[in-house]
Amino acid sequence: MLVYLARRVVYTIPILLGVSLVCFALVHIAPGDPLVSVLPPDASAELQAQLRALYGFDQPYIVQFLRWLGRALQGDLGTSIASGRSVTTEVVTAVGYTLRIAVLATLIGFFFGSLFGFVAGYYRGSAMDRIASFVSVLGVSVPHYWLGMVLVIIFAAILGWLPPTGKGDESSLWESFRHMILPAVTMSVIPMGIVARTVRALVADILSQEFVVGLRAKGLTDAGIFRHVVKNAAPTALAVMGLQLGYLLGGSILIETVFSWPGTGFVLNNAIFQRDLPLLQGTILVLALFFVILNLLVDMLQTALDPRIQRS
Amino acid sequence: MSAVDIRDLRVTFGGVVRAVDGVTLSIERGEVVALIGESGSGKSVTLRSLMRLHPPRATKMEGTIAVEGRDVLAMTPRALADYRGPIVSMIFQEPLLALDPVYTVGEQIMEIILRHEKVSRKEARARALALFERVRIPSPERRLDAYPHEMSGGMRQRAMIALALACRPKVLLADEPTTALDATVQIQILLLLRELQRDLGLSIIFVTHDLGAAVEVADRIAVMYAGRIVEEGTARELIRNPRHPYTIGLLKSRAHGVMEKGTRLDAIPGAPPDLARLPPGCSFAPRCAAAIESCQIEQPPSFVVEGGHRARCFRWKDAPAQLGAQALGAA
Repeated sequence: MLVYLARRVVYTIPILLGVSLVCFALVHIAPGDPLVSVLPPDASAELQAQLRALYGFDQPYIVQFLRWLGRALQGDLGTSIASGRSVTTEVVTAVGYTLRIAVLATLIGFFFGSLFGFVAGYYRGSAMDRIASFVSVLGVSVPHYWLGMVLVIIFAAILGWLPPTGKGDESSLWESFRHMILPAVTMSVIPMGIVARTVRALVADILSQEFVVGLRAKGLTDAGIFRHVVKNAAPTALAVMGLQLGYLLGGSILIETVFSWPGTGFVLNNAIFQRDLPLLQGTILVLALFFVILNLLVDMLQTALDPRIQRS
Repeated sequence: MSAVDIRDLRVTFGGVVRAVDGVTLSIERGEVVALIGESGSGKSVTLRSLMRLHPPRATKMEGTIAVEGRDVLAMTPRALADYRGPIVSMIFQEPLLALDPVYTVGEQIMEIILRHEKVSRKEARARALALFERVRIPSPERRLDAYPHEMSGGMRQRAMIALALACRPKVLLADEPTTALDATVQIQILLLLRELQRDLGLSIIFVTHDLGAAVEVADRIAVMYAGRIVEEGTARELIRNPRHPYTIGLLKSRAHGVMEKGTRLDAIPGAPPDLARLPPGCSFAPRCAAAIESCQIEQPPSFVVEGGHRARCFRWKDAPAQLGAQALGAA
């Protein structure tokens, strides 16, 4: 198990290197001048050159990349052009905010997704199945920013139960939780739909297998068989959940913008519009890192749950 | 009282497929009966009916099934669950598919014990270990913690037998228990079953399409074709003195002794009928070389050949001679 873990950790190095190269390249291929947001429109050519040299934009790309990579390895992702603050600090703060609603959204999505999936899988072809399938398709296909706005209209504007936007007063745990509910619920419909469809297919497949007949032949009741179905479905369902958490960590640009939630999506959005290259690069790299780590964790969990996956 | 008494069992799937069409069979305590026939003859369906393992919504079951005096078709779901395991249990054809892949075999055996008896987990594990020793699994302590995919085919089938015997059933159902195994392992499993049957006084119904395996373990053989028992009798009678043309065909289609290279096996011509559209007369008539006109029109009743030897064939007296069955007995 330890050898397996070590090998998997080593495998992540080339992945991260590739990701950093791709995100560096993407950011630089995009047209536009990174200094446009900090320079006054009438800045002199001299001032432009000076700033360019200060940020290192005058160097060849390969030098820029290696320098950036070297600093990134030491935890320094540069300085945001727009705010002048450390990118690392900005990203870590944003990830913290996104993590909160992403985890909450994944938990909500996983709970309801599994519930719908199990009901649909168990009662295939019934009205319950059709309702559950309809809800899950709706979850995947509805535009989330639209759903966010609808929820704001209903729960904030009309009913006044929950705050519409922002992160709230963070000294009060209850207040900040109330602010998380709407964005998290909006975000949860994505994993909910995907988990529901996955679990439905899994349950249907498991129930059609011969060993379920074997379990009945042992005298197990439906409750006893349910335990087996859950354990058989768990590795795949958890893997899907982990991947969904990874996607959500990227923050939904649209959802975070609708709710003015200061997470990674919000930061990315601002970085793109302000052409804040260091911030953009840094955020993408950190998100990729999270995604890779999460994948690793999911794999470990699957290995622990499913004896058929070789541990060698 | 018989261990198993099936009367005029009819099983229909989806309202059209008559998989079992009037089977009557009784098995005495301590008796081993083999149900033989080709795929789709209804032998496995009959077997699974004894535990009501068919999907209830799509299946219609008529007739009566009594096992150890219990009316199986009248049982409530709860009574049925209590009956499966301690009264009747089943060995499946492919244990790799019939065991849950994510639990160890030990856990699966403990599960059936804990389900039916009030014992501690420790006791259940000790029982599972004793069962593994009983079915002669080497290093049983270690194998209890193995997952099904970590065992060999023969070992898995032994584990499956241990599982089936865990709650000391009175009737054991074996659904082609050796079909998925290597020839040498098949014989070991058959001998093990025979030994366990003798020691524990089990009644066994054994489904197979392998006549050799049937002769090896069974006291009596019932030959099924298109959902009906066409001939039944002691293993000896059936081999020596087959009366139904289908039984004769099965016997002739076996490779026995040393065969010259290039010698053709006598296969039965044609294919089994569509169970959704059975012919009005004898369902074997379209493939039968001895068929006469009445075979096409009317279903033959069960004729008594001698004692418990019965055949559903109008021509049971003279068909064997016509089809050259005498030569088989000598072989």
